[in-house]
Formats: sequence, structure tokens, C-alpha cells
Amino acid sequence: MSAETRILLLLVLPLLTSGLIVLFGRRPNLREAVHLSLGSVVFGIAASLAGPVFHGLRPELQLGELVPGFAISFRFEPLGMLFALVASGLWVVTTAYAMGYMRAHHEANQTRFFACFPIAICAALGAAGAANLLTLFLFYELMTLSTFPLVTHHGDEAAQQGGRTYLTYLLGSSIMFFLLAIAWTWQVSGRLDFVAGGILSSAFHEGRISRGGVTLLVGLYAYGVGKAALMPLHRWLPAAMVAPTPVSALLHAVAVVKVGVFTILKIMIYTFGASLLNETGASLWLMYVAGASVLLASWVAMHQDNLKARLAYSTVSQLAYITLGAALATPAAWVGAAMHIAMHAVGKITLFFCAGAIYVATHRTQVSQLRGLGRQMPWTMAAFLLGSLSIIGVPPCGGLWSKWMLATGAVEAHQYPLMAVLMISSLLNIAYLLPIPIAAFFAAPEDAADSHGHASHDSVHQDAQQHGEQHGGEAPLLCVVPPCLTAIGGLLLFFLADKVFHVLSNLPDVISN
Amino acid sequence: MTMPLGQFESVLGLYNYWVVIFLMMTGFYVVMARPNLIQKVVGLNIFQISVFLLYLTMGKVRGAATAPILLPGRTEYSNPLPSVLMLTAIVVGVATTSLALALIVRIRETYGTIEDDEIVAKDKQP
Amino acid sequence: MIDAHLPVLQIVIPLLTSPLCILVRANRRVMALVIATCWLVFAMSCRLLYLVSQQGAITYQLGGWPAPWGIEYRVDGLSALILLIVSGMGAIVITYAPTSVDREIPVEQQTLFYTLYLLSLTGLLGIVITGDLFNLFVFLEISSLSTYALISLGKHRRALVAAFQYLVMGTIGATFILIGIGLTYQITGGLNMADLASLLTQYTGDHATNRTVLVAFAFLSVGISLKMAVFPLHQWLPNAYTFAPSVVTAFLAATATKVSVYVLLRVTYTIFKPHFAFELMPLDVELMGLALIGILWSSTAAIFQQNLKRLLAFSSIAQIGYIVLGLSLASVGGVTASVLHIFNHALIKGGLFMATGCLALRLPSLDLKHLHGIGRRMPWTATAWAIGGLGLIGVPLTSGFVSKWYLIVSLLGTGTETNEWRLDHLAAVLVIGASLLAAIYVWRFVDVAFFREPTAEVEAATEAPLRMLLPTYFVIGLTLVFGVWPTLPTQLAAQAASAVIGSTH
Repeated sequence: MSAETRILLLLVLPLLTSGLIVLFGRRPNLREAVHLSLGSVVFGIAASLAGPVFHGLRPELQLGELVPGFAISFRFEPLGMLFALVASGLWVVTTAYAMGYMRAHHEANQTRFFACFPIAICAALGAAGAANLLTLFLFYELMTLSTFPLVTHHGDEAAQQGGRTYLTYLLGSSIMFFLLAIAWTWQVSGRLDFVAGGILSSAFHEGRISRGGVTLLVGLYAYGVGKAALMPLHRWLPAAMVAPTPVSALLHAVAVVKVGVFTILKIMIYTFGASLLNETGASLWLMYVAGASVLLASWVAMHQDNLKARLAYSTVSQLAYITLGAALATPAAWVGAAMHIAMHAVGKITLFFCAGAIYVATHRTQVSQLRGLGRQMPWTMAAFLLGSLSIIGVPPCGGLWSKWMLATGAVEAHQYPLMAVLMISSLLNIAYLLPIPIAAFFAAPEDAADSHGHASHDSVHQDAQQHGEQHGGEAPLLCVVPPCLTAIGGLLLFFLADKVFHVLSNLPDVISN
Repeated sequence: MTMPLGQFESVLGLYNYWVVIFLMMTGFYVVMARPNLIQKVVGLNIFQISVFLLYLTMGKVRGAATAPILLPGRTEYSNPLPSVLMLTAIVVGVATTSLALALIVRIRETYGTIEDDEIVAKDKQP
Repeated sequence: MIDAHLPVLQIVIPLLTSPLCILVRANRRVMALVIATCWLVFAMSCRLLYLVSQQGAITYQLGGWPAPWGIEYRVDGLSALILLIVSGMGAIVITYAPTSVDREIPVEQQTLFYTLYLLSLTGLLGIVITGDLFNLFVFLEISSLSTYALISLGKHRRALVAAFQYLVMGTIGATFILIGIGLTYQITGGLNMADLASLLTQYTGDHATNRTVLVAFAFLSVGISLKMAVFPLHQWLPNAYTFAPSVVTAFLAATATKVSVYVLLRVTYTIFKPHFAFELMPLDVELMGLALIGILWSSTAAIFQQNLKRLLAFSSIAQIGYIVLGLSLASVGGVTASVLHIFNHALIKGGLFMATGCLALRLPSLDLKHLHGIGRRMPWTATAWAIGGLGLIGVPLTSGFVSKWYLIVSLLGTGTETNEWRLDHLAAVLVIGASLLAAIYVWRFVDVAFFREPTAEVEAATEAPLRMLLPTYFVIGLTLVFGVWPTLPTQLAAQAASAVIGSTH
């Protein structure tokens, strides 16, 4: 199978999956079997592409044109490949998890729910492989539209409200700033493809765009890509937590938000280029805004009692790490940012899986209700612990290495205050994440009546009897195994980090400028 | 065009335009200001007729010229084309007026009035 | 042989068929006759476009009288493309029409409807094809008068008032145009457009002090703007579109205002030349300002409409703003964007109104609050509407994106050599911002149709018949095809733009 065919399959198979899911809507088992098996095939194809890409090949594919002269074209380079691997791999795990979660909850409209999932993955894969800004923009928008029905899945007033915020922020920023920035880039440089060293530096040197213009353009991109949730455009992410937990897990820890930061990183590397950013200092302000975003979001996270909200603000903070790395524009910082996309994805999805498993088993949603839960759900809480350690960046978890590289990048760029930001933020991470597993394992459990009282507030779909049945054990197997798998993945990444580093840093087109 | 006109003549010599402008503004005002639909149509007609006059008077050549009929010894004629054009325009005007009147008949049948403000009021009622 | 007479056949065939319709009388036969005629006209305009792209502009002297004395028909890149749009949309909409007409128009008036439709189409085609300014006025009135009557056929009694309002406004606009033509004739003695262009050069040069020419130009541009529904001369449009029969709305939205834009292009670019219109006269700043206010105001107004047709009508005013904006740039890029948007918007809005017509077939009311959950009962229709809506927003992969992209790039393109900040750049930002407003009003329908529980009257609705769905999907499908394969329309638009801009030198 040629590389072109494989790229095409990467995009078409998820759409086909979606179609089959709709087709088999009335037979849930067949539907889920198709979903899982095709998902694995997609991951297999991505993995088979990864080898050649990491060895220096650049497979390409061209489809129809968007505007004359701009084809919808794909070209996989290591950064995009890494993202594609992460997204397609975690998709399979999430599908298994979602099956357990949705069935345990007897959710309505499961077919619509599962049909939207693959489309979002198609969008993520398309964005990962995009060879020019317009293609990237296209899949970016597809991602927004395909995830909207997932966010509003419950259909009640809160879901509608959350969905409205979600759509307003993401569509608004992308059309208002992102598209404008793309048009402007094309106007001054005459091209939109991703090129090592950037496409804007010659335009700058020929005087077609001023220093202030470059700075403004950086701002348009940074805020146009609303999915990166850079403060103050982060509100949509906590709002999207009304979605069922598998959605929060895959989309708001992996696919959606990572498309955002991936886009920013890619634009910094391939549109601006390190030399232009260093020469003009156009991204200097962005570093500090991102730094402030890291600290503020961590601070807010500490004060959230709702577990998913706390995780959401933690995500906002971690995304700002990656934006910060992209803005630093040094080799180490970029490698660190790229690694953090993968490390944070694995860590955060674990935490969301655990949050969902806890909700399925006990119907608790607040951090304060989780005391003593470690005895009832040891596997889940162990996975939670490992996930937290990975996010914090404690050995032996993969998160250490990306943070290390980011800090190195800050030193390389002589931005010592930012280095301090990274340190303080890690402390804050400890403060808002670790108490949860510690309390779960070492504190005495709440009495059942109390938790029951809370549950009646939060429960929408579950009746008291079922609650009683499930009380006292782990969540269904399909909800427990996936977080354990991803937690182990986080551990493995600690040891595999040098491979990832090797793949990313040996690339002339990331490092050279 | 070559002869410089005195101020007096520039006002009186171009009297046809003054007539046209007066009629035009009268018609325009009636269309806009009158609530009665029939009166609006009348205004519209006055407005259109002022344009017919504009065309007709511009075709006239002063002095020795005559109507465009071949006569022995005559070499200058008034321009016949504007009059011909206006034949078409008059036909269009008649068509417009008749269509407008037909509409008014229908409006009167369904609303029972042809006053603009009353129609608006009736539509506001559910 | 036939090729040589195509320009006149294009007009004569539908013009002669319409009285024939009255003679035939039987509704079904009239319908078949009109549909056949429309497709024949479409085939001819395809052939004309092909000929023009092969051998350049085609001229045809009526009755063998040479221009500038006789009336001349002239087909160049621009008029051939507009002919194609008008006749194409005319043919598709009439194919879609019968079922909708059966429901919305009383049996005894149906023959009348088909006749008027054909006359209106004739008038629009005539406006585009003629090379004579007075002849243009006559065709304008043919199409306008039949349009007034078509609108008055609407079911609701307010259709009558809307038709009357449009008649008054339209006649004032047409009379303004007539005054402009008269004054131009008075100065130059010419009516043929090509002839006028050369005769006027002595008055439109750098020392343009001839007041008659200035006044003529002013009357013409105001008159045309009225027919075009440029903000703030748009008041007639919302009511006319809302209360006209669905088929008529689809036809008008796709063709009528577009043809008026064509007239403005002709007058400013071919006859008076951009140098006069945009540099000596401030028409560019005026049009740009009005277009921007119009885009923002009408898009905002659209958000607050309760009736689906009215919502689309306000959106149409906004979209006219986009077209005018491109036109006001006086550059090849701007005019290309403008013509391209005429093409794309004709498809998008035509398709949207056709989908709306499908809804009107099954539902008693088109108020949004009566459409809850319609996506479950009429999934194909609602999906077609949603796709059209995406095109209206300008989402990539729809043709709406292509024309907006061209518009934004040509707006940003002005003044880059000097690196200065200009009004055009602000305009680009506003254009993008207005897309968001479009997203909001399109979303209102999507939200209501797909994310709400069906009401009782919606539960009773069934999917529209295939006879209407197929043409609707044909048009909506084209917006997607030209979204991923924009080469053809873009080339045609560029050809059209160079036909008008090229003639200025």
C-alpha cells in the first residue's frame, strides 16, 4: 500500500466508521464492534506511516482545491505524525471506555454520540497532516462542528448553555482572528504551505510587513486558535465539561485542545520560523501571557471542588505550557512543547477516565466527596495517582521530560522569570492534584448517607436502586481497564522519552531556522 | 452652447427644465407623503410624466428647424428620437399604472381600505 | 447558422412563448411548455458562454441596422456568465416549481404564474444581453412589471401590499434610471453603450466639469442601487421576499438583484469608466461605506427575525453588500470577487429558498418557533438548508468560502506596497466579523431543527417529494462541488472581470 493510499485511508476510514455506526444504530454490539475494529485499523495505519516519517520520509497527498492554487493537501512530518499517533491510539482506548460508560448510564441517543466521535478523529488526523494553513483551518473547523453535538449530548438547559459558549468561543475566534490572519499571511508572503524556517521572514526583510505587523499577526494566531484556550479565551473549556465524561476525556484532554496547541506550535515553527521570532521579538509578549495563564489557571483549579472543573482548569494551565514553549522559539522549547502534547494527553486522559469511572460507580462529582474512596476503587485511584504524577512531572512519569525540555528552552532564551513560572506551577499542580488520591487512600471514608445525599443532586440518569447496587465496588471493567492502560502508558513514556526526543530533535526542519 | 447666456436667460431660457423639476418634485412628494394608495399612483404618474417632458423638450431644436417631416427647402429638423423613446416609456407607464390599480382593487377587496396607515394597523392585529 | 442568431433567439423564444402560454391555457401543458423553454434558453446561454470564451465578445445587430443607430446585442465574458446564472437558476427553479405552485397558487391563476415567470426571465435576460441603454430600461420594466404581479400571487394578503410597495419603489428607481439615460443622451446623442463610452471620454476626463454628466451619473447610480436593494434603499425587499410564493422568492433571490448588480457594473465600468466613477466621483467610498453598514445592519437584523423567509431576505441584503464591496474596489481582484459572489450566492440563496419552499409545502407557518424538531421529520430538507447555511457563513469546502476568500484578499491587497493602514483593511475585518453574525442566524435554524423536540404540527409533516428535493439538492450540491473544485467559476469570473476592466483602457 503506497503512502498516499494510507493517508487517504486515515481520513476516509473514520468517516466510513461514522457511516457504519449510523447504519448499525439499532444493533449496539455490532455497532461497537465495527467502531473498535476500524479504530484499531486506523491506529495501525498511522503506526505504519510513523516509521518512515520518523526516518525522514515525508508522505504527501493532494485532494480537491479550496481556492484556486490552494489544494487540500497533506504532508506528514514528525510533529504531525506524533500527534496523529496520540490521537488515533487514544481513540481506540476511549471507544472501549465510552462503551462501558454510556451503557452503565443508559444514555439516550448513543448512535448519534458514537457517530460524531470518528468525525472528530478524522478532523484531528486531517489537521495533523495538513500541508498548508487552509487545510489546517478546514479540519480545525470540522472539529468544532463535529464535537458540538457531543457537548450538548444531554440536551438539557445546562448542556444547551455550555454548547452555546463552546460554539461562540471556538467559531468566533477562528473566523474572526484565525481566518483573517491566514488571509493576511497569504497577502504578504504569497504562500501558505508549511516550510522549514517559516514563510514570513522574507516578507519581513522585504518590508512587506512591519515588526508591529508580525507582532499583531502572532496575536491573531494565538487568539484565533481558540482551542488552545489561552487566557482570557479559555471559558469554553470548563463550559464544555457538561459533556459526558468520555467526551471530556478524548476531546477536551486530547483531540480538541491538542489540535489547538498543535496548530499554534506548527504555525510558530513553519509559518513564522525561529529566526524571525527571535529577530523581531514578536512572541515575547505571548510568552508572558502564556506564563500568566499557566499560573492563573492553576490557581483557579485549586479552588474548584467539582472534579471535572478542576481537571478542566488544569488543562487550561497545561495548554499554556505548550503555547509558552511555542512562543519561546528555541529548539529545546519546541521539542519540549511537542513532547508535552503527547505527555499531557496520556496523563490527562487517565485523570478524566478516572473521574468518569468514579461517577459511574458512586455518582460522586465533587472532590470533597472522594475521601476514602481508595479502598472501594483501588485500581481507579491508583491510576489517578499515576496520572497526577505524570501531569506534575515527577519521575518515573513521562511528564517530567517535557517539562524539563521546556525549562531548558526558557534558559536558552534567557527568560529566567518564565523558568520560575514553570517551577511554581509544578508546585501548584501538586497542590491541586495530589490531595485527591492521598485523601482517597488515607482518609476515612464518608458515611454512605452523606454521599447519597450528594448523589441525588447530581444524578440525572440513575435511579436510587441502581446506585445502591453499584455502591461498594469498582466501576464496570470497561471503565477501569482503560485508565489503567493509559496510566501504564504514562510510565512507559518516561522510559521511551529519549526515543520521542530523538525523533523530534533529529529533524532538521524543527531545529534549523 | 457656445453663446454665453445672461443670468436672466439662464433662468427663463431654460424654463422647460424648471417645469420638469417642479413636476418631478411634486410627483415625488405625493408618492412619499400621501397615505392613500390611489394618490400615490397619481403621484407616480406625475413623476413619470415629468421625465417624458424632459425627453420631449430636449429633442426640440430652436430656430429654423421644423418637425421631422421631409419638406422642400428645409435642412434642419428637430430630433425625432426622444419622442420615439417616449412612446415606449408611455406604454410602460400605462402598464405600471394599470397593474398598480389592479393591485389596489385587490387590496381594497381583502383589507376593505386603501389607506396606507390603516392597512398597517390591520396587519398588526393578529 | 444558429450560432450567429443565438443572442436574439435567447430573448425572442421566451418572449414569444409567453403569449402562447395564455393561448394554451391548460395548466399542465403550459407548465411543460415553460419548463421546456427555460431549459432551451439555458442550453443557448451555455453555448453562448462557450462561444464567447472561444472567440471573444459577440455582437448582434437587430434587424441589420448597424450600431450605434440600431439596437445592438452584445455578449462578452461578463454578460455571458450572468446569462448563464440567470437562465440556469430560472430553469432549475421552474423544474422544482410545480408541486409548490399547486399548493400555494389557486388553480385558475397557475397559467398566469407560468406566463409571468417566463416574461420575468425574458426581461432579466434582455437586460444582460442588450448593448443599448434605452433598450435596457425597457427590459428592466418588462421584468419588473411581471415580478410585481408574481409577488402579488402570494397566499398571504400582505403579498398584495408588498407587491404594491415594491411597485412604487421599483418604478421610482426605474424612472431615476430613465432620467439618467435621458441626460446622458442629451449630452452625447448616443444610447449604445460602447458608443457612449467613447463619446463620454471628453466629459469624464480629469477636468470633468460638465454638470449634466455628473447629474446623469448620480441619477443612474441611485436608481440602480434601488433596484439592487443596497442599504438603505432596501426597504422593499424583505416584505417582497417574505410574502411572495416560495418559487418566486427562490427565483428572485437567485437572479433579480444579481442582474441589477450587473447593470451597475456596466454603467460604472463600461460606460462612465472607473476613473470617473471612483476617482473624480466618490462612488467607491460611498458604496464601500454603505455596503459595510448594510452588511452589519442586515446581518444583525436577520438574527432577530422570527420568520425563516424574512431571515433569508435580510441575509440577502447583507450578501448584496459583499458583492457591492468587491465592486467598489475598482480592481480586477475586487470585481472578480464580486462576480464570483454573484455566481456563488445565486446558487446558495437559490438553494436555501428552495429548501424553505419544501418546508412551506408541509408546514402551515415558517416561523422558527413552529419549526422545532423539523430535522427529524424532514431530514433531507433540513440538511439541505443547513448545508446552504454553511455556504452563507462561508465555511471552507462550500463555494461561499471561495468568494469571501477572494473578497478578503483583495481588500487586504490594496495599499500593501505602501504598508499603510487603510479603510479597506478595516473592511476586511468587518467582513470576517459579519460571517460570525451569519453563523448566528444560520445556527438559529440548525438549533431549532435538529436539537429540539418536534411539536405537534411538525410531527404531522412528512419529507418533501422527490420532485422538489432533487432540484434543491442539485443546487445545494453545486455549492459543494464549486467549494472543492472552484477552478471553473473562478476562471469564468476572472474572464468576466477582465471583460469589464479591460475595456476601460
